[in-house]
Amino acid sequence: MASSTGLGKSAPDNAVSDDSERTAFGEAEAPGADVYEDMPAQGNPSVDVASQWQLMRWKFMRHKAAVVALWFVIGIYAIGLFCEILAPQDPNETNGSFAYAPPMGIHLFEEDGTFNPHVKGLTSERDRLTFRLEYAVDPEVIIPIRPFVKGDSYRMWGLFEWDRHLFGTVDPEANFFLLGADRLGRDNFSRIIYGTRVSLSIGLVGVALSLAIGLVLGGVSGYYGGRVDNIIQRVIEFLRSMPTIPLWMGLAAAIPLTWPPLGVYFMITILLSLIGWTSLGRETRGKVMSLKNEDFVIAARLDGVSEFRIITRHLLPAFMSHTIAVTTLAIPQMILAETALSFLGIGLQAPVVSWGVLLQEAQNVNTVATAPWLLLPGVAVVVAVLALNFLGDGLRDAADPYAK
Amino acid sequence: MLAYIARRLVAMVIMMFLISIASFVIIQLPPGDFLTTYVASQEQGSSVSIQQIEFLKQKYGLDQPFYVQYWRWISGIVFNGDFGYSFNWDKPVSELIWGQLGFTLLLSVATLLFAWAVSFPIGVYSAVKQYSIGDYIVSFIGFIGLAIPNFLLALVLMYIGFKYFGQSVGGLFSPEYRDAPFSLGKLWDLFKHLWVPIIVIGTAQTAELIRIMRANLLDELNKPYVTTARAKGMSEIRLIFKYPIRIALNPFVSTVGWVLPNLVSGAVIVSVVLNLPTVGPLLLNSLQSQDMYLAGAFILLLSVLTLVGTIVSDILLALLDPRIKLE
Repeated sequence: MASSTGLGKSAPDNAVSDDSERTAFGEAEAPGADVYEDMPAQGNPSVDVASQWQLMRWKFMRHKAAVVALWFVIGIYAIGLFCEILAPQDPNETNGSFAYAPPMGIHLFEEDGTFNPHVKGLTSERDRLTFRLEYAVDPEVIIPIRPFVKGDSYRMWGLFEWDRHLFGTVDPEANFFLLGADRLGRDNFSRIIYGTRVSLSIGLVGVALSLAIGLVLGGVSGYYGGRVDNIIQRVIEFLRSMPTIPLWMGLAAAIPLTWPPLGVYFMITILLSLIGWTSLGRETRGKVMSLKNEDFVIAARLDGVSEFRIITRHLLPAFMSHTIAVTTLAIPQMILAETALSFLGIGLQAPVVSWGVLLQEAQNVNTVATAPWLLLPGVAVVVAVLALNFLGDGLRDAADPYAK
Repeated sequence: MLAYIARRLVAMVIMMFLISIASFVIIQLPPGDFLTTYVASQEQGSSVSIQQIEFLKQKYGLDQPFYVQYWRWISGIVFNGDFGYSFNWDKPVSELIWGQLGFTLLLSVATLLFAWAVSFPIGVYSAVKQYSIGDYIVSFIGFIGLAIPNFLLALVLMYIGFKYFGQSVGGLFSPEYRDAPFSLGKLWDLFKHLWVPIIVIGTAQTAELIRIMRANLLDELNKPYVTTARAKGMSEIRLIFKYPIRIALNPFVSTVGWVLPNLVSGAVIVSVVLNLPTVGPLLLNSLQSQDMYLAGAFILLLSVLTLVGTIVSDILLALLDPRIKLE
């Protein structure tokens, strides 16, 4: 339970005991009922011999929300992976005569009932007072939509040139804005799809970095204890007591504007992990401390096993499952942080497309009132974060399959 | 108790020292020194004389090593309340910051109280009526509350206010009160505007606190002393309020240590969107124009305020639960 040493701060991860930090969704099993519904009954030989990972899988499957979330997460990452094919248009292609064009709904049938998926064309007229383009649907113009059309060409994963898109207009020159267009007439839908790649990967890269630092420092802190532990704990407390957004803002603003986008991208991930590692470090420390005096570790030590081998062979596997769960829960934090920084204009910069960069377009109320669809990247953020949170929640419950 | 407070105060001073170094490093990070930026920005006005530049160089020790510069900066703050000079506003930083900081503090504390006031009853309900429909609804809303970036919530609220109520929800005062002297009417006007940012900033923390309250109370509800009290025929409401809630309350109160930094962070970013007269917009602006003394002062003071808030709450907690200081 919470240990309030030094500055006496109870961090969120130890304000609550490990077993109890479950939400309603994670505790669906009623007390007394068989824990694993779809697994063989207790006493059945297949349970007794099931491996730990098998038990975890059973437990995870019980958490219905997490299973649904897992499919969502897989789907979102697939979008990020295949965004060139999925996006009907080049995300950076501008079209001045379609600034803030509204979303076009796809109609499956024509007026006379023939099957022909299409969108209706738009006519635009400039308002004399506001100089804004006013759009009206032109029912006469039918732009057919087909699967696997040839469109803007792209380099798939930087490997080969291709021009097929999952769906799009038959005529490559036609305009098709499924979710509307932005200030420069760029296709909002395609941009959200492309943003998926950057926003999700920044979460992954950032968490990988945090995990590396957190595992090493948290592990050292928990394993050796004493003065080293004390110093590392104070550092973590120090980092956690700073309000993160102002700190990030200060550091991110120092990135020179002349840097290439890739450099900025990595700099931002490093900044995010600078604070992100602390929670992983704390978790690791707690686990290592509780494990290092377990019988199997002492037995290994008495047998003369080297320290390196004890750590990598006995300790690491013992809390791997837990670490995976905590890591999953850290990814959404990274995504939210990147979105916030980019939204403020001190994170990633155009021409890089991330959800935060897209939301920058929706910074003031007048723009949002003219083009509410510019808030849609925010919906993407919420869906991704929600799915990852549910998934992490389920993994955390499953990480300890022996708990009731 | 006094020994505990003394220990905490010493730790606080050390932390403040570290924070001041971190803030100063941030000031120094942008390439070149700020004087070059200043001179470049003044070129059109051409009001900068060579003497003035020399004077500033001397004053802030720009040709001196890092530690000398740091010492001049921090000693100016500690002994004279001099936070340096804002080149963007052409004013001493200390003239610019206090009003904004006050509003930030007001907003953060008000949000903290809001988050506690809302999450406490809901958390208790959610734990006592575990697995009820209400519990599921609360948990689900909580998950969503955690997933929505607060600036997005601010944007959506502004959009709704604009579209359906035809009013702007930004700012802390109506136009007619913005520059008016302090009065009861102005205070009332402030309250009318304050609830939007409070809800926006507080949502995520409230969701988190509900989770914590629920989990803590569930731990307590399964303990034998609860069963004993129940077996002795104590009324359910009295039982819950008299024993488990009081114990579950401690971890809840101690959350201020990490809730406060989050609220300050949230206040900064939401203020930019809602255009509140808090630190947010000015900090962002100073960072973008590399007005580093101003930015450094904000980062320093926000961190120090957070630290002080945390320690005050820790001491209160120690008064509440004497076991804590023994650890």
